[in-house]
Amino acid sequence: MKSGSNLEKILKAGHFAFTGEVGPPRGANVEALREKVSYLKGNVDMANITDNQTAMVRMSSWAASIICMQEGVEPNFQMVCRDRNRLAMQADILGAYAHGIRNMLCLSGDHQQFGDHPQSKGVFDLDSMQLIGMVKKMRDEGKFLGGADIDGPPELFIGAAANPFAEPFEWRVHRLAKKVAAGADFVQTQCVFNMERIRAWVAQANDMGLTDKVAILPGITPMKSVGMAKYMKNKVPGMDVPDEIIKRLQGVDKKNVADEGIKIACEQIEEFKEMKGVAGVHLMAIEWEHKVPEIAERAGVLPRPEV
Amino acid sequence: MIVAERKPFDEIKNMVSGYKKVLTVGCGTCVAVCLAGGSKEVETLNAELNLAFGKDKIEFGAETVERQCDMEFLAELDAKADEYDALISMACGAGIQFLAERFPNKPVFPAVNTSFIGVNLDVGWYEEKCRACGTCVLGLTGGICPVTLCAKSLFNGPCGGTNQKSCEIDKDQPCAWYKIHERLAGQDRLGQIIEISPPNDWSNQKPRKVIQPGYEERVKALGR
Ligand code: SF4
Ligand code: SF4
Repeated sequence: MKSGSNLEKILKAGHFAFTGEVGPPRGANVEALREKVSYLKGNVDMANITDNQTAMVRMSSWAASIICMQEGVEPNFQMVCRDRNRLAMQADILGAYAHGIRNMLCLSGDHQQFGDHPQSKGVFDLDSMQLIGMVKKMRDEGKFLGGADIDGPPELFIGAAANPFAEPFEWRVHRLAKKVAAGADFVQTQCVFNMERIRAWVAQANDMGLTDKVAILPGITPMKSVGMAKYMKNKVPGMDVPDEIIKRLQGVDKKNVADEGIKIACEQIEEFKEMKGVAGVHLMAIEWEHKVPEIAERAGVLPRPEV
Repeated sequence: MIVAERKPFDEIKNMVSGYKKVLTVGCGTCVAVCLAGGSKEVETLNAELNLAFGKDKIEFGAETVERQCDMEFLAELDAKADEYDALISMACGAGIQFLAERFPNKPVFPAVNTSFIGVNLDVGWYEEKCRACGTCVLGLTGGICPVTLCAKSLFNGPCGGTNQKSCEIDKDQPCAWYKIHERLAGQDRLGQIIEISPPNDWSNQKPRKVIQPGYEERVKALGR
């Protein structure tokens, strides 16, 4: 065991992992955060706690991760490269670990221009690949990036993100290989809507032997409305939403669109359960946390195994 | 070259409004090429200032030296500067500072915003190319700078936001890492970006000096 986190145990035992996501509040509203987390309790193996998502200031991800733990859900502490230099990163990693956090996700972070402080200086002292490598070095060698010994190294399960949909497609699997080489233990992908693409990508990862080294968890986001689908297709960089998805949502009665969105998500999850090289799924029910119990139930992933 | 843009007129006007005799100093090198601070721009600025203040209120002189980043050329101004109670510099930030250093008793005001190190795309059209990071990786990245042209200065890009061929910040901004991939693929050199680039040494985080090999003794003798 590298970290002994719940996610690591679930994967090690060969269970199909089911992870969720919670965005910390835009303020110190702890009750709102506790409520969001409560919907995930018992329904997911771990919840990602986002880090100033879309470059909007929110409660810090490590602090929200601690609250998440108090509510009985294992957190996945997200860290972006945009907001901290290597000193602050390592300090927060140690602090998070000291408080019992056992998973972390290493990300570049959305560019600061998208958020509420577009004039800020993006740090990007390290990139996500280098961050992964740094956490691995801290854990496996017990050393800071600068080379000094760590008094009590952080034993973290290291996560990374992958976007299997960007161009050029043939390069995507090499990006994954690079993250695995850097030290990623698990990978959560961008929201999947284009199943054809992800099948091809996972097959390539299988062929390269990557899926033996890293647990791949495709991202699932149920569409709440046709508007949301169109917005994601046209406005969110890096998102690949095929027209069939939009047509399918348009094809049902207005009041059933959200239900159809969940149906599509469940069908995807069913396929992933059977797909060689896929270790679980990551559910990103954005501002729809209260629906997680229903989605988990309908996706047939309950009860979550105790490990 | 160094690319600069002239400051908004009112900002320049406010800086010099309390003085009687002001010398506007252009630079004949980079800022002249990028049409921001050469002799022509000095003339234009002075004409605008004269119009705004009226000739009897402030007297504006004009002078353009070959390079303001070179003391040798600034020495040409020694006799002249004494006649003025303030200087406007239209050089890049380096030239402005050197002018201020040459005349430490005179207020020196910048008339341009120094933008970047870049290239000429066409007349009047420039693009940033280098942030002078101090550890050039162009050999690895197919001659495309990831520090400057990637909005996140990633050494192991692209990020998850890469959008077809564009950067996540703007459809009209190419993704540097898409281009790096394309160029290296064309040269059959993709192997170079399969290796992980280690964390960068940001040597540009403190004031830097360069002494070329062979000049150490000379610098020592200068005692600076
Ligand atoms: S890598 Fe550094 S030195 Fe080279 S072009 Fe980019 S910023 Fe300039
Ligand atoms: S989209 Fe490309 S250029 Fe833009 S920040 Fe990401 S990697 Fe850099």
